[in-house]
Amino acid sequence: MSDVLVRKGGLHTTVQDKGRDGYYSLGMPPSGAMDQYSYRVANMLVGNPDGAAALEATYVGPTLEFTDDRYVAVTGADAPVTINGEPVERWSTLRVRAGDVLEFAMLSAGARLYVAVSGGIGVEEYLGSRSTYTLTGLGGFQGRALKDDDRLPLDDDGATPPAVGSTLTEKLRPAFPHVATLRTMIGLCSYRVTKDSMREFSEVPWKVTKDADRIGYRLRGGRLRFVDRKPPHGAGSDPANVVDLGYPIGSIQVPGGDEPIVLLNDAVTAGGYATVGTVISVDRDTIAQTKSGDQVRFEPVDLDTALAARRDRRDRLERARASLRR
Amino acid sequence: MATIKAAIPGVFYRRPSPTDDPYVREGDTIVPGQTIALIEVMKNFNEVKAEQGGTVAGFLIEDGDEVTIGEDIVELKD
Repeated sequence: MSDVLVRKGGLHTTVQDKGRDGYYSLGMPPSGAMDQYSYRVANMLVGNPDGAAALEATYVGPTLEFTDDRYVAVTGADAPVTINGEPVERWSTLRVRAGDVLEFAMLSAGARLYVAVSGGIGVEEYLGSRSTYTLTGLGGFQGRALKDDDRLPLDDDGATPPAVGSTLTEKLRPAFPHVATLRTMIGLCSYRVTKDSMREFSEVPWKVTKDADRIGYRLRGGRLRFVDRKPPHGAGSDPANVVDLGYPIGSIQVPGGDEPIVLLNDAVTAGGYATVGTVISVDRDTIAQTKSGDQVRFEPVDLDTALAARRDRRDRLERARASLRR
Repeated sequence: MATIKAAIPGVFYRRPSPTDDPYVREGDTIVPGQTIALIEVMKNFNEVKAEQGGTVAGFLIEDGDEVTIGEDIVELKD
């Protein structure tokens, strides 16, 4: 065991892993890294097992001082990285010594940075995961985002990472397009929205508002109309309401018709808003790398396409692993 | 001329609260580390601190406008 000294916590930096699966029915969302692809590659680069805990930073990276020799990798959003003030490669296996300081400059594209350290972040597991769920203050490092001067425990380092300097080819890194496409399965409650409005839903670009975090992304850009009806018992009078149902992760609800909210890793698990579609799991990586002011578009797809996308991501991860083999 | 840039996206505010005076005005001299504005994002109001000192020549965006990362928000003259 050793510690990492958090000199600066950044804006919102949390410990995350693959997620806390299996408790959704109890109202516990999975949390976990929002961009699973970047998180998993970060672990590969330092030789960690797939589910090791890493750091996820939103918009502003942390400043970290190491207290022993470790392998480190930075993936996700584009932001210049330095060790002791010297620029270093991103998406690359780096070596740090005791006293070395890793630091980020201003982010230029994407939204979330991942920092993996060999051995993994050594916080206690909670319900089988080290992910932080800040809404209820559970998991991760004291259930909260990192603050300046925290000491973050690391697990023992038995990793055999790729050779220092191994760098993931650009082709296998995520792109950050001007308008991000989010492939979406239409349903469960799209019947509440008129046909014309469902067309508008998938045609207009939606802008990410300032209210966009690990819980959900609130968007603006179109105005959807609901089908008139007499509300059934238990649905309430708001046309955006239905009788309560479980919310799929990635589901899109449209309170008011003009402010869709995409529910993400830390979201509430059920409620009474009509969910008109669900962003496919692979493209939650994509929305995680959009920031306030960016634009997204919903592209309706069928289940086969969603499953093919999942296989494709798995293939990309295996290609990444093979390309980094020492 | 030097500028101060936004490090995070969100909504830009020049005052700590709607009824308070602005943090700084044109012509004010500011020092490194001084809070000059707020940016609201992810349900938090985050202080924007000057990385360098100087005299405020002008604000390049309006109170309540959206900003993006790297956008110039204040112009400084020596």
